[in-house]
Amino acid sequence: MLLALLVLMLLAAALAAPIALRAARSRRDRRSRRDRRARRRAERRELRDPGRERRAEQRARELLRSCVNDEEWSMYRDLGFIRVAGHLHAEGPGGLSASRRRFRSRGGGGAAGQGAGGLTGQGAGGLSPSAGGLARSGARGAPDRDRECAYAYLIYPHKPIVAYVPRTGRLLSEYCVEFPDLVDAISDTRLPDSDDVLAKWMALTADERRLISDANMHLPGRQIDPARVRRDLWRLREWERLRRGPDAPVAPR
Amino acid sequence: MKPGHGEVLLAEGDPRLSEDAETLIAEFRRQLDEGMWAAVPTTRPGSGRREALLVKAYNDIPEGADRVIFFPRAAGG
Repeated sequence: MLLALLVLMLLAAALAAPIALRAARSRRDRRSRRDRRARRRAERRELRDPGRERRAEQRARELLRSCVNDEEWSMYRDLGFIRVAGHLHAEGPGGLSASRRRFRSRGGGGAAGQGAGGLTGQGAGGLSPSAGGLARSGARGAPDRDRECAYAYLIYPHKPIVAYVPRTGRLLSEYCVEFPDLVDAISDTRLPDSDDVLAKWMALTADERRLISDANMHLPGRQIDPARVRRDLWRLREWERLRRGPDAPVAPR
Repeated sequence: MKPGHGEVLLAEGDPRLSEDAETLIAEFRRQLDEGMWAAVPTTRPGSGRREALLVKAYNDIPEGADRVIFFPRAAGG
């Protein structure tokens, strides 16, 4: 009798074992699925946390402030963009670009009646990379010096870099550039606004040629409304006028 | 600079101390291996204007630099 009971128990255990195993496995799967869902929910919560973005932007602003020139920081704080002078044209002997050097060596420079002013065709004097890469050589005040570069860029957060001629206000091109997260490429995150501006500023001031060659170049108006850029340029001129003093002449529209 | 996070402190130390220098070099290499660009904010001696210097090797970091900023490599947008 006892033996029969033992055999029955063994039989029942053998039959129940796969069922119990399957149940345990499904319970474990359910738990891991629940954990995964909870983790994803937490990640989503973290990504949507507006406080986190605000804190990141605040830190980014402090970092930007500590890196750029005081004037550039004030410009960004007041106007929302930074102007950086371009100096690719100032390379080479006499501050001439390669194409202009070729043009000059063929004897065309004098006939054109232009100096080494690069894109603007300003008078002789050339551009002086030694003076911060901004100014044409000559005795001028600092605010004018910044405006007198042959061409400059406007850096907007998460928008293309706009190249323009400060003297005439003519828009040259848009350079679409971004700083994608290569490590966590699946996530749809991007740099805080001020970090994006700082990254563009660092790349432009350190290696303008490389950034420009990495960027996708388009005609003005592809992503940023030219009217908006012209309005910003007018705001910039007014902003500079106010910095020079209230009696300075009003910038023409 | 990390997308979605902003500024993150990766490592700090005195590069004159060998132990700190090792940590800094290891972190520098790790960041560059991950495809980041490294820049050092500098001041141009003549004009006093601030600008950045892109560095590709730890030895390229100017002496006395107080920080190196890593940011994602630029790509056409």
